[in-house]
This record gives sequence, C-alpha cells and structure tokens, in this order.
Amino acid sequence: MPQVSMTVNGKPASGEAEGRTLLSQFLRETLGLTGTHVGCDTSQCGACVVHVDGKAVKACTMFALEAEGADVATIEGQAAPDGTLNPIQQAFQDHHGLQCGFCTPGMVMSAAALLKENPKPSEAEIRDYLEGNLCRCTGYHNIVKAIMAASGQDVGALAAE
Amino acid sequence: MPKDHGIGASSKRREDVRFLTGDGNYTDDINVHGQAYVHFLRSDVAHGRLTSVDTSEAGKMPGVVRIFTGADFEGVGGLPCGWCVTDRHGEPMQEPGHPVLAQGKVRHVGDPIAAVVADTPEQARDAAEAIIADIEEFPAVVDMKAALKEGAPKVHDDLSSNLCYDWGFVEENREAVDKAIQEAAHVTTLELVNQRLVANPMEPRVAIGEYSRARDEHTLYTTSQNPHVIRLLMGAFVLGIPEHKLRVVAPDVGGGFGSKIFHYAEEAFCTFAAKAVNRPVKWTSSRSEAFMTDAHGRDHVTKIELALDADNNFTALRTDTHANMGAYLSTFAPSVPTWLHGTLMAGNYRTPLIYVNVKAVFTNTVPVDAYRGAGRPEATYQLERVIDKAARELGVDPIALRRQNFVTEFPYATPVAVEYDTGDYNATMDKLEEIADLKGFAARRKESEARGRLRGLGVNCYIEACGIAPSNLVGQLGARAGLYESATVRVNATGGLVVMTGSHSHGQGHETSFAQVVADMIGIDENMVDIVHGDTANTPMGMGTYGSRSIAVGGSAMVRATEKIIAKAKKIAAHLLEASDADIELKDGAFTVAGTDKSVAWGDVTLAAYVPHNYPLEDIEPGLEETAFYDPANFTYPAGAYACEVELDPETGKVTVERFAAADDFGNIINPMIVDGQVHGGIGQGIGQALLESCAYDENGQLLSASYMDYAMPRADDVPFYSVDHSCSTPCTHNPLGVKGCGEAGAIGSPPAVVNAVIDAMQSGGHKVDHIDMPVSPSRVWTAMNG
Ligand code: FES
Ligand code: FES
Repeated sequence: MPQVSMTVNGKPASGEAEGRTLLSQFLRETLGLTGTHVGCDTSQCGACVVHVDGKAVKACTMFALEAEGADVATIEGQAAPDGTLNPIQQAFQDHHGLQCGFCTPGMVMSAAALLKENPKPSEAEIRDYLEGNLCRCTGYHNIVKAIMAASGQDVGALAAE
Repeated sequence: MPKDHGIGASSKRREDVRFLTGDGNYTDDINVHGQAYVHFLRSDVAHGRLTSVDTSEAGKMPGVVRIFTGADFEGVGGLPCGWCVTDRHGEPMQEPGHPVLAQGKVRHVGDPIAAVVADTPEQARDAAEAIIADIEEFPAVVDMKAALKEGAPKVHDDLSSNLCYDWGFVEENREAVDKAIQEAAHVTTLELVNQRLVANPMEPRVAIGEYSRARDEHTLYTTSQNPHVIRLLMGAFVLGIPEHKLRVVAPDVGGGFGSKIFHYAEEAFCTFAAKAVNRPVKWTSSRSEAFMTDAHGRDHVTKIELALDADNNFTALRTDTHANMGAYLSTFAPSVPTWLHGTLMAGNYRTPLIYVNVKAVFTNTVPVDAYRGAGRPEATYQLERVIDKAARELGVDPIALRRQNFVTEFPYATPVAVEYDTGDYNATMDKLEEIADLKGFAARRKESEARGRLRGLGVNCYIEACGIAPSNLVGQLGARAGLYESATVRVNATGGLVVMTGSHSHGQGHETSFAQVVADMIGIDENMVDIVHGDTANTPMGMGTYGSRSIAVGGSAMVRATEKIIAKAKKIAAHLLEASDADIELKDGAFTVAGTDKSVAWGDVTLAAYVPHNYPLEDIEPGLEETAFYDPANFTYPAGAYACEVELDPETGKVTVERFAAADDFGNIINPMIVDGQVHGGIGQGIGQALLESCAYDENGQLLSASYMDYAMPRADDVPFYSVDHSCSTPCTHNPLGVKGCGEAGAIGSPPAVVNAVIDAMQSGGHKVDHIDMPVSPSRVWTAMNG
C-alpha cells in the first residue's frame, strides 16, 4: 500500500493509504483523530470539514494520497495546548451552539475559515457560508449567534429573541 | 434576576468541552482490538421471493471471515414489537415476524439479505457485491389505500391482509360523534397528508458486537437512546442472552430524535456474529444505508371534520387516518398513530365529543416509528389546520376562535382519556401576541407587498403528553414495557457525587442540567456532581430518553434518590451535632440545628459515612448511596402558542420564513439556555417538515430520496432567528420538580404555523386556496395559485 505523509495540527504524520482511502477515513482510522466526523456519503453534511493548506475542505471529498505534503488542521488542534478553547470554540459553548456535538467539529472549522475571509460577517453571510454544514439539533439559531459573537459582534439583543 | 447556579440557571454545558475539541466518544470512534467489519447486502427491490443466495464466490474473496444469510438465523428470535394495539373489535393487531436477515421474502428496499464479515470494511463491501441473490420480484404495495384493496399483494403472506389494525377511539363515542356532526350548524372538513420523514440525526447508526468466550459475556456498543431497553429486547427476545451476560453501551450519541430508540437488526447481528466468528464485529451505517434502514416517521393520510354550533363553539371532532407501518413493525410503531395521537386530539380545546379512527397498514417500505413528537405532531397539525380553515369559512379571527374554545379550568378530563393537570392557554397566547409583535404584522405585510411579495401570518396552539409514562396505564394500553426511570446517587467520602441515571443524553445536556438539580438540592457547587449514563454496566435499569421524559421522569427519580441521601445524611449530622434529626436543616451545603448556630459541613457528614468512627452504627449503615425508581402518576402536558410569518414570491412560489415565535409553558425550568436550544431545534425540524423534507417512494417501492441530494434537510439559510419564551409557567402538579419537558414541543408546534401562514399569504393575494400539503415547495405553491 502506498505511504502518505502530511503535517497534521503542526506535527508530521504519515501512514499507509489505499488509492480509495478518503482523507476523512485516514484521519479517523489511521491517525486516530476521531474528532473529524463522517455524516454522509455524498459530501453534503460538512461534519468532516478540516483545513488543508489553510482552506476549509470537506475531508470526505479528498483522497488521503492527495494530501501528500499538505498542511492539515483538524478540530483536535484548535484549542491551546493547555486546553483553553479558541474564541470560536468558546463562543459555541457560551451561546449553546451545539447539542449532540456531531456537526460541531465541522461547524467550528467552517466558522474559522469564514472569519479568516470575512472577520465581521453579517447574519445573512454566515447563513450563506454554512450552506454546506448540516446541523439537525440546533435549528442553527445558536450556531449563527455564536459565530457573530466570536467575530466580536454584540449579540445581546438577540438574546432576547 | 436570572440565577447564576442551580435550578433555573443557564449553566454552560460541561459536555461541550469534549465535543468542541474532538474528544467526544461516539460509537464509531470506538475500535475494539481484533475487530472485523460487516457489510450488509440489501435488497434493491421492494418485494420479492428470495429464490437463492449464492455466496460461494464471495466467500473466497480476500479477507472474508464468514458470510451469514437468513438460514443462519432460523433458530434465532425475530425483532420484537414492544406495543400491542387492540383493534375496534377487541382483537389484537396483526403482528408479523421480523427476521434479523431476510428469510424467504424481501419486503422493502434495504431489507438485509446477507452479511459479510471481513477483515476490513472494503473487503466486506467488495465481497458483498460478489454475492448472487436471486429474487423473484413481486408487485409492491406502497400506497396505503391501495394496500387495503381486495386482492392487493400481501406484504406478509401469513397475515390475512395488509391491515395491521383498525383502531377506534373512543369507540363508545362513535355514534354520538356522528350525530353531533350531522346536527352541527357548521362542519369544516379537511383532507391532508402528514408526509413521511426521515429523522436524520447527523450521526449515522453504528453497532459493535464483542464476545468473551472465557467469561461468556457479550458487549454491544450502539448508537442508542436507551441501552437498557436494547439489552432487554435483544437479550430476552432475539438472542436469548440473560441481562447479566450482556452489557450494552451507548456512549456519546450524535442525536436521535426517536430513530435511535428502536432495536435494529444490525445490533442483533453484530452481537450474534461476534460470538459466531469469535471476533468483535463492527458495523457503521453509511448515510445512504441510514435512509433505507433507520425507522422513518409520520406518514399519515387523514380526513378531519370539525363541527361547530351557531356560536362557533366546537361541538364534535371526527378524524380518520391511514397510518403507514412500513414492511415490519418497528419497536414502538403501533403506539404512535394510536395512543400518542388519538389521545391528543382534544388539543387545547373543550370539544366534548371526539372520535378517532386509525387504520395501520403494511406496505413495502421502510418501517415507520416515532420521530420527534411521534403522533402528537400529526394530531396537532390536523387539528390546528382544520381550526384555521373553519375560522376562514366562518369569517372569524383564528386567534379569537381558538381563545373562545380554550380549556380554561384545570384539571381537565378530555373525552380522549387523558387529564390535563395544569395550563393557561390564554397566557401563552397573550405572550405570543407580544413576542411575535402581531400588532406590527399589518405594516410588515404592506412593506412586503410594496416589494411584490405576499406576506402571511399563521398562528396555532399545541398540547402534548410528555413525561412518558405511568406504567400501569400504558400497560393497559398495550405497552409491553414499564416506563419508569431510575437513578442511583453515590456520594463519595469527600463529598462529591456521582449520579447514575437510566436516562440517556444524545444532545440534551443532561450532564449539566441533571447536575444543577442535585447540586441545588444539597446546596453545593455543580462541579461536585457528575452524571453517568449510557452503560448498562454502571447504571440502574432505566427506560431511556424519548417522549420528552428525561427531566420529568428521570429527573424525578434523581430527586427521589437525592431525597433519600439527604434524609440519611441528616441522621448522620444529627448524631455528629448531638441533636434530633427532625431539627436538622440542610442549606448551602451545611447541616444546622434549627434555631442554633451549631452546624456541620456536607463534607464532614459524607466523610463520617465512610469513616464511621463517630457514627450511629446501631441505627444506620455506613456509606451514602441510594437508588430510586420513579413511575409518574400522569403524563405532563406542555402547551403553547406559535406564530410564523412567511413571505411568498408569487413569481416563483418560493416561501421564506421571515419570523417565528414560540410561547411555551414547560412548567418549571432547570436550564433556560438548554430549553431555548431544544425549542430552536424542534422549530428547525418543523420548518424542515413544512417547507422542505419529504421521503418519497415511486410506485414500485423504490426509495427516491435516499441521500442528502434528494432529501432536503433544512440548512442555516432556510430558517430565521427564532423568538422563544417560556415565562408562562404552570408547574406540573404531580412530579417533584414541577417540570413538563421541552424536547418535542418545537417539532410539534411549528408545522401548522408555517402552513397556516402560507395559506394566509396566498389568500391575501386573492388566491382561494384553503389547503396545501407539506412540504410546501415552490412548485406546489405556484401550482396551487396558478391552477
Ligand atoms: S462526511 Fe463529508 S460532507 Fe458529509
Ligand atoms: S449539534 Fe447535533 S447535529 Fe449539530
């Protein structure tokens, strides 16, 4: 089986992968990084979103071999080494942006990519950007609110909603 | 002032930290040393006879451990049904067998024919593709009314027809209802479809079976809302394994919404196969597989008639429903269109006479069972739609018509067997009018119209029966299980507590809210309380989480166990303080002798319990651990009023939800933040049902919506921010917390509000449309308006 090497959350990582092994599968099964979730087989749910070379990518749309030499970031690398949550993670907790947590890694990684592109997105821009991330639990209300809060916007008025 | 800790505080969820850092432990994250993988070969036809299953070539493929077919399960029990409904004539329902792997016939697309166990998932899948299954295809029955016609193909050859049961409720009222409808001043009739849905928790189902030959012990890891129920059903009825030899673990579970209540074939298969091949066996559902194997929801076709007198008082209600069971009876399927539906037909109203008829029908489709709300959304939808239609026909305000007919005195015994303990429907309606800013609607409509859009307002009420349920009552109604809940509270020597609950959290945040309750009762920090759930090895027998029952039933069990702890701790404190235990008070984590300043801290008492040097050993045992089982005296009855405003583009028929408001009465609230989140999620699913979702079959029983390409899930840009309020509170009178439960309300209350709003929008544009079926897609709207 071919060997593939990449950087994952700043550390070198390598392993064997078949031609058909998806990046999502490689992360979960070979590297044991089970924070990246698989919620579908048609690249529609976004539970598997990671960053590859700084861009949000659905890890189920890419073969592991295609990530040779890439810089991959997953949910496991988002908090500080001492466990302090990053501002997006913290906002998700503060604003109850997750329930079962299954969509959450993908949501957090998508939100991070959005805020990098657009540091103060409007509600509509957030909803539009999350088009590829399904959540069945939250009705999206608190996810959108958390992302607005993470971008430094005042969501106090929304709290009354 | 909002509270900052204990009952009533929006404590942040402790479980979030692991979910936000990728440290959750979902079933698919578990890998057991030496595990093999199973891939199921599933029927691609809806109905047919299995003439042969040839596994000879497949069996030689690389990595294959063993291939199983129906023949391997001949001596094994089938999947049991947990509820027997008695029909109008006093006869039990028709109950077909449900083999783990198909035997003789396949009955729906997705029915498992064979299972390949191999070293890797890829090898299992490759080998499954090499199995040659010969199926003599039969015509399929998909439409329920066609399935009941003379001569229709039978899903189960050994049953007399495709009718599971013909249920009448309350049968004694039948003639009186007919008469009242005949004599009414006005009768509004509506025919509607509550379409088939797929629950779609984002985590697909997973099962891992493990067997220890040396200890003769089985373990099943599974994505379940109720591990104890799975242990009992699978152990006692399918595989013949006693509970002490079977451990079922449901770790972090990524949403359920009902679909993970049921006992599924894959769980039994993995448990069985692990012993047969002497290796752990893992199955992970793909999403496509989930669409054709997870129990579906809803799928009712209904005619409802509402009779009113000359003063617009409701005088009688008659409903006639065909409910799809699919090809087999899923675990609780028979109860959904009957006891979870018929008993709610009174809604929030004083309708003296009600008759509900339900015909449950077998078809060549995936089994249908409870999905968030389960029966209650179907009841609410038809009732609240017909009331809206009646208001329009009579030219009266739909809110006024509702208010006029509200139940206002409690307790209220409905004509459909339940007794509402508390409620204040005018209060929630008042609150709704305020938070939805109904006064501002006319101006908003004008503004929409100026942009060439139609705007509609839809309002409705709902009531649900939650906190399921008094065991003796459901036993009389056909349940084959009790519906109590349990908790063990273990206090450690240094004062921390572990609560082991039979409830299960798969997104509801029990680890936080349950801890708030116990900490509040004792007056200690929430972080001193840990909640353990999801593993039959370390929790008392409990019935799990569904039917908005966790806080009302599981929370009550926990309160009872904690009360026992406190009573014993007071005895210890009395001994330490040399006082009588009747004089001991517990406040803020300290025991004091009433009227004195003598006190002893919680931690000193707990330490004394485990280091009983100075201890009343002659009166009480050392240690501090108590268990309680709580069986509720009644259901709880959350209720509320919802409002939706839509904008409709007459050019395209596209509907957008602009505003949504929900005023709920959940009784007392433990964690307002979590309650808001539960309502948001339910509304999201209800808007999904109203506008987007539909599980469709063609006439041959092919599943047309088998992936997210074809099944439209609500996305972030399909929904607005919601305005929710639960300040109108009439606490439940029969459980110790005064709570009612909030998990399903949003999904129950929201679909009629959306559809009522769409009809209102169309009517405001001069289109005389009085009904449209869900999902209210652009093409349906456009066709309805343009004929
Ligand atoms: S698993 Fe990648 S999008 Fe669903
Ligand atoms: S939190 Fe459960 S799917 Fe989003």
